[in-house]
Amino acid sequence: MANYIKEAGKTRELRKVYASTLIEMMEEDQKVVALEADLMSAITTKSVQDTYRDRLINCGIQEANMMGVAAGLSVTGMLPFVHSFGIFVTRRAYDQLFLSLGYAQLNARIIGSDAGVTAQHNGGTHMPFEDLALVNAIPNSIVLEMSDDTMFEKLLKQTKDDYGLYYFRIVRKEMRKLYKEDQNFEVGKGIVLEDGKDATIVASGIMVEEALKARELLAKEGVDAAVIDMFTIKPIDEDLLVEYANKTNLVVTAENHNANGGLGAMVTQCLSEKAPVKMRHIAVKESFGQVGTKDYLQKVYHLTAEDIKDAVLDGLN
Amino acid sequence: MDLKKFSASIRLETLKELKHRTFGHIGGSMSLVETMSVLYGDVMHVNPTDPKDPSRDYLVLSKGHAGPVLYATLALKGFFPVDMLKTLNENGTNLPSHADRNKTPGIDMTTGSLGQGLSAAVGIAKGLKLQGKSNKVFAIVGDGELNEGQCYEALIFASKHHLDNLVVFVDDNKLQLDGPTRDVSDIGNLDDRFVSFAFDTRRIDGHHEPTIKQAIEDALKVKGKPSVIILDTVKGKGIKEFENLTENHHMRFSESDNQILDKYIALLEGEING
Repeated sequence: MANYIKEAGKTRELRKVYASTLIEMMEEDQKVVALEADLMSAITTKSVQDTYRDRLINCGIQEANMMGVAAGLSVTGMLPFVHSFGIFVTRRAYDQLFLSLGYAQLNARIIGSDAGVTAQHNGGTHMPFEDLALVNAIPNSIVLEMSDDTMFEKLLKQTKDDYGLYYFRIVRKEMRKLYKEDQNFEVGKGIVLEDGKDATIVASGIMVEEALKARELLAKEGVDAAVIDMFTIKPIDEDLLVEYANKTNLVVTAENHNANGGLGAMVTQCLSEKAPVKMRHIAVKESFGQVGTKDYLQKVYHLTAEDIKDAVLDGLN
Repeated sequence: MDLKKFSASIRLETLKELKHRTFGHIGGSMSLVETMSVLYGDVMHVNPTDPKDPSRDYLVLSKGHAGPVLYATLALKGFFPVDMLKTLNENGTNLPSHADRNKTPGIDMTTGSLGQGLSAAVGIAKGLKLQGKSNKVFAIVGDGELNEGQCYEALIFASKHHLDNLVVFVDDNKLQLDGPTRDVSDIGNLDDRFVSFAFDTRRIDGHHEPTIKQAIEDALKVKGKPSVIILDTVKGKGIKEFENLTENHHMRFSESDNQILDKYIALLEGEING
């Protein structure tokens, strides 16, 4: 079980982490190159361009071409880090992502920012509720949703020398700090934040924080819920899921994403075959995005700790 | 190398390859024969014994459906046995309809979804420049392919990044799957288009090897901007009965088509051996 940070503490915006980590990686590795599609200011990679002018390529507003350029860079042995808002690196340029990078088996890191409701006032056109589903459908893709700044920095660095198509789903600004510097992260291994015997909440991204709050609410109702941070959406941690499906009577998934094809679907696919258990899903259901504050949107789409608590109680009764 | 003879061999092997499979993208393969001949017979630095040789020049066949003519060329060049051409589109083949970098020795980029290859080509050209390498990159797009908006994103990128290590060919055979490009989706004056994207632009006879060779040499001398060579070509070139047929993009050969193919196969064999 992880010894996570329980009190709200100092954290960093994930975009700042991205920029500073890129600079560090570029310093140590000439192959690292970053691509943007006119959202450098939004993700603060201007600082990268100031340091490594040649290796921060702002393609302009052309996401489809950006994916192809990334593919070409990879053909020559370079390692492209490709950023835009989640919708633009998936929905907007999906065939390019799928074929020129995925099918062509090239090496790239795709960073999709403004996960789900955190797109806030950019609204329905900019709110990715289906990016995980799209990237999950690409054979051999690695799909990771970041739960805090420490995780993002460490996973960017430790997967740098691996080969393949990686998708990092991030919140652009601050998230609740969860992990200490010495926390170990491993692709394919979920993190147990809290143990429990009655139910298991499997969450990712901003929903990890909600899951922890839901656990406290449930404790007041006499329910002991485990909380797992399943940041590794694909490959998912099958052993851990099976262990907790067997240990508790209910598995509730919680994601800031459409119910179709995201975390809940991946967990269900695993457990329905390996350890059938009663399940409930907290996710966006048959809805498009809209403008609003994060808190407001979480209420609208039923993505709050209260919603998780209700789903657990419903599942147990 | 006798490029005219190499062209005849490429045309011959492409026809045999397609006839053996009984169907395929013949029109757009035939229009590229002479360009393949000049690229692989003369201009490009490639290494059949080490297809991934880091010093090689790159080719991205963005009109990936012309795979058969590229396969014939690569086989004749020694990247794999000529016999393997018979496996075109066979179940489990390494020679699929559309070019695949993971299956076929000598293929630099996976293509087939039109418009995407050009972006990969500009990415390769940019990557080589970033690494201070002098390898050249050649990309081949179809005139029909230039319906795709992504192509123009790639052209903007190529100009912005002064990719003078990139030569784009347009196989301007004036036909696309559903008919004349002018009727399906008129792309206007191609030459003017490329000039407006700040490409060094030239239009030549795409079936005359010395002209193609000269055009490539001239294009490679241009500094500070990418080049395009617009190839005036005939879809189905070399098979008179099939030339310029709207239906020649992808053909399933009938009995009478096979007789026509046999006639040209015999003629080409005579030309090569005579």
